[in-house]
Amino acid sequence: MTWVNAVVQGLLLGGQYALLACGLSLVFGVMRIVNLAHGALAVTAAYLTLWLSQRTSLPLVVCLVASVLVFAGVGYLLQRGLLNRALRGGELAPLLVTFGLAVIVVNLLQEIATANSRSISIGGLATSSTRIVDGLSIGVFSLLTLVVAVALIGLIQLFLSRTAVGRAMRATSDDPGAARLMGIDDRHMYGLATAIAVGSVAAAGAFLGMSTQFTPGYGDLVLIFAFEAVIIGGLGSLWGTLLGGLVLGVAQTVGAQVEPAYGILFGHVVFLAVLALKPSGLMPRTVTA
Amino acid sequence: MPLLELDGVDAAYGELRALWGLDLRVEEGETLAVVGANGAGKSTLLKTIAGVMHPTAGRVRFDGRDVADVADHRRVALGISLVPEGRRIFRSLTVQENLQVGAYSRRPGPWDLAAVFDAFPLLADRRNRIGAHLSGGEQQATAIGRALMANPRLLLLDEVSLGLAPVVVGDIYRALPTIAAKGTTVLVVEQDLGQALSVADRLQCLLEGRTVLEAPAVELTREQVAAAYFGLEEAP
Repeated sequence: MTWVNAVVQGLLLGGQYALLACGLSLVFGVMRIVNLAHGALAVTAAYLTLWLSQRTSLPLVVCLVASVLVFAGVGYLLQRGLLNRALRGGELAPLLVTFGLAVIVVNLLQEIATANSRSISIGGLATSSTRIVDGLSIGVFSLLTLVVAVALIGLIQLFLSRTAVGRAMRATSDDPGAARLMGIDDRHMYGLATAIAVGSVAAAGAFLGMSTQFTPGYGDLVLIFAFEAVIIGGLGSLWGTLLGGLVLGVAQTVGAQVEPAYGILFGHVVFLAVLALKPSGLMPRTVTA
Repeated sequence: MPLLELDGVDAAYGELRALWGLDLRVEEGETLAVVGANGAGKSTLLKTIAGVMHPTAGRVRFDGRDVADVADHRRVALGISLVPEGRRIFRSLTVQENLQVGAYSRRPGPWDLAAVFDAFPLLADRRNRIGAHLSGGEQQATAIGRALMANPRLLLLDEVSLGLAPVVVGDIYRALPTIAAKGTTVLVVEQDLGQALSVADRLQCLLEGRTVLEAPAVELTREQVAAAYFGLEEAP
């Protein structure tokens, strides 16, 4: 039963990784941008949600939604104002820009919020759990995180496959020049994609802040796990990213079951194994534009 | 008033001049074929009309309006659609999705999915196949259908026959009269003289960025066009 428990807890942990990684996956899938500021943005969103919940008497969920909306706006402006320009400078430029952005954001956070660790209080929800059988309980909050991750990825996928704007976004990803000939403004599409991605990372950051202690530099650790989830799942595939997050989560908890100190290491080993044996990931996109 | 009017248009790729003071007129409802050898400036001409390239001198007027300050992606809403050289199908999208993306600008008009599938029956059978898995002819039909979905007033076709088997080219050219019959003005750029003469009301021949021959298609013989095409002698 301890092993079953490890797998189940791993799946729940994987929900958090998938939630973190889906924005990264979307931005890479649509624009081929590797966003190194992804982790820093998640942590900033956690601070914003914390600040809103302390300064206002609004319910936490309202603060979270407000933070997501603010970050979606920030994402749009970030793309239109900075990353679209960087894209014209070749493949490396956006990478460097997001790296610089991450450094600036982390230092600003240290300046404003200090390096003390914080967390967003969710009261009894943090510890409440449901016992399935003896030796197997599921934390309500981790289950909620997984449900939100699956729902969010499902919604983004639905948006991409079923709506006119989603189709236009995929078309732009295939060939921005041809998309312009269809009347699609590629810069606007990129803006929307980053808005969705940064909005989703804001939600992920808030969930992270509710589940654990965070500091301004916490984003780097988070970024690695998100990257591993994206690579394990296959670049540019959102369902793949969900699978990648779950695989990473299970690898970490099962590893920790083997030897408590080896959890994270096991995650990295699985990541490296996927890179070595199936470099395109578990669910690669069938067509690369 | 012509639907499209170019006055003394120069265009260049950096130092390389591609169009030299080009004049061109297309009346509403007419089909004009622009022919010429490789490097004659045909594709440059279409790119300039679609706004992908900007003329270094001269004017492009559409429906009487100077479109110099209208960006390429906004010209679709005016009613200019380009079927680009190389077709540029969205490879990860299905045929139907490609067509639906074509309707993004939501211009009203006679063309919708059903009308396109009517004009290109081979697409109806392939509607769920993704762009990457289409043959050249299917891609070309999809590209034309995709442009029609925007219900253009002016359809620009760039080298429809390029790289396609003659029988496939014939299939695609057979759809052009259907397109013209719905009132769409067509400007087709071609290297294939036979196809150009068969569909066009009027023909304009370019040589090194300049017009060397321009006349109604019925008044022209293949030999006259060929002479102008290769610049063998002064055009009659």
